Amino acid sequence: MINLPLLPLLIPLITGVILMLFPNRLRLQRTFSLISTFLTIVAAVYLVYRVRQDGILTVTLGSWPAPFGITLVSDMLSALLVLTTSLLVFFVVWYSIYYLSDLHQRFYYYIAVQFLVVGVNGAFTTGDIFNMFVFFEVFLISSYVLIVLGGKPAQLRESLKYLLINVISSALFVMTVAFLYGIIGSLSMADISQKITDINQPGILSVIAVLFLIVFGLKGAIFPLYFWLPGSYQVPPTPVLALFGALLTKVGVYGILRTYSLFFSHQQEFTHQILGWLALATIVIGVIGALATRDVKQILIYNIIVAVGVILYGVSVMTRQSLEGAVFYLIHDMLIKAALFLLIGVMIGIAGSSRLKDMGGMIKDYPLLGWTYFIAALSLAGIPPLSGFIGKLLIVRGGFEAGDLVGPFIVLISSLLVLYSVMQIFIRGFWGTPKTYSGPKRHLMKQLLAPALVLVAITVLYGVGTEAVRPFIAQAVDPLVDPSIYIQAVLKED
Amino acid sequence: MEIIMAIAAGILTMCAVYLILSKSVLRIIIGTGLLSHAAHLLVMTMGGLKTGAAPVIKDGITQYTDPLPQALVLTAIVISFGVTAFFLVLAYRAYQELGTDNLEEMKGTDTHD
Repeated sequence: MINLPLLPLLIPLITGVILMLFPNRLRLQRTFSLISTFLTIVAAVYLVYRVRQDGILTVTLGSWPAPFGITLVSDMLSALLVLTTSLLVFFVVWYSIYYLSDLHQRFYYYIAVQFLVVGVNGAFTTGDIFNMFVFFEVFLISSYVLIVLGGKPAQLRESLKYLLINVISSALFVMTVAFLYGIIGSLSMADISQKITDINQPGILSVIAVLFLIVFGLKGAIFPLYFWLPGSYQVPPTPVLALFGALLTKVGVYGILRTYSLFFSHQQEFTHQILGWLALATIVIGVIGALATRDVKQILIYNIIVAVGVILYGVSVMTRQSLEGAVFYLIHDMLIKAALFLLIGVMIGIAGSSRLKDMGGMIKDYPLLGWTYFIAALSLAGIPPLSGFIGKLLIVRGGFEAGDLVGPFIVLISSLLVLYSVMQIFIRGFWGTPKTYSGPKRHLMKQLLAPALVLVAITVLYGVGTEAVRPFIAQAVDPLVDPSIYIQAVLKED
Repeated sequence: MEIIMAIAAGILTMCAVYLILSKSVLRIIIGTGLLSHAAHLLVMTMGGLKTGAAPVIKDGITQYTDPLPQALVLTAIVISFGVTAFFLVLAYRAYQELGTDNLEEMKGTDTHD
């Protein structure tokens, strides 16, 4: 199985192509996408197992040797992210079967989801910087389709803006790759990482590092490039929002993580300091937004921005401990954000509105939903036995050990305010005077709650089983701390 | 030669930024077209513009131009072509539904689900 790293890309790709043949056979569409996403999970689990056994796996497409052909690289980080992506998509597909109207599903919805998975998994797996651009475009174009599907006026309006922002950032990506190619003369990430230290042009390389920060920051919504996110994420239906909130911004974060550990280690006091300050500003902006709004969707959307800031703060410190924390928190956040979006989707389905003033006293009629949400909210804030704790602990400890006294405090205070913002939903939505609800999806409560419950259970397991997960995370951080492991695995110099 | 091309790409970017900052959707789409032109021109320029034969293998020719940037540009062109087509159709639909092509009038945070 030398082509194993390709499997999580090929399965959704082939499924997407097959599904195009019969867009109107809904039952077949659903079974096919469920089976294929399940197969993707199986492939991803096996991939993680093999990477754990044999170290970094590489596939050189067409057997062209490494710097000349395109290489796909599965190290532990990308394998874990591919596994998390496949898991999430399975639950979101399961959820959308009940949540979305038949008409909505008929218009190539599952096909767009499959291609989104191809793009995201590809971006996590690729070892070539231009190939990464292509995979970015694959999932962006799928996301354009998903965000506008339904064609309501607000969706058309906001997707115009979303599209424009991403067209600009894609053009910037191409320009940045052109600059990098002009200086290094190579596109393979391992080869660039090797040559970038020999070339010794710190000035221009720092400029390119900042350009990459702008490009990936636009995808990942860091301060001050987050402005498009609250509006755009408000309009798509909740399952799509769960996909976007859990996956798309995290690909930008992964891009920063990869380029800043692999390429730009020559002038850390400049580039990583910029990243650190921007990450802290991102946390502050996200927290302010989450506290200011009284709309359940908006509260969680601003919490995406907070999480991006926390992860990137861990990346900017660049010690082993903080990077471990960042990877822990990255995976935790992908899982818990998807679970929370699925849960508030049920709430919106019951109340028929996403405003908190239209909700109240839900705990009386829907206790299971309420307490699941409660656990998920505690987990998001990082209460000890749950999954958000260990990542934040490592990030904060790493920050203190690196001698930073401001950053860790901002991270800690942000946890408190994040807890306050999500507890607003619990206090106002679930407690208070009960109301009679006439939302359109009340009768589907049980079917909708099932995938969300399983996803919350997985995050609880991820938190409780930290000891079991730790060696995998440690292996994922190895090539980030020491790029020569990555370079050697790809270029095979021995 | 590279300097002239760099200036040309710069002017294209300048016009693109100016157009993207305007209010009308169509002007913005023209701006994104210019922006992708600028990016493609930059890729070609950064690969180096030294003289050589077209990258097709023939007997008796030893010096070729760099084939890699040409392949990159070809990929980027089709991608931006696809996105622009989608953008134009989206703008058309938005004009039909919203009755305006002025971005200043496309405001509001009403929720739809």
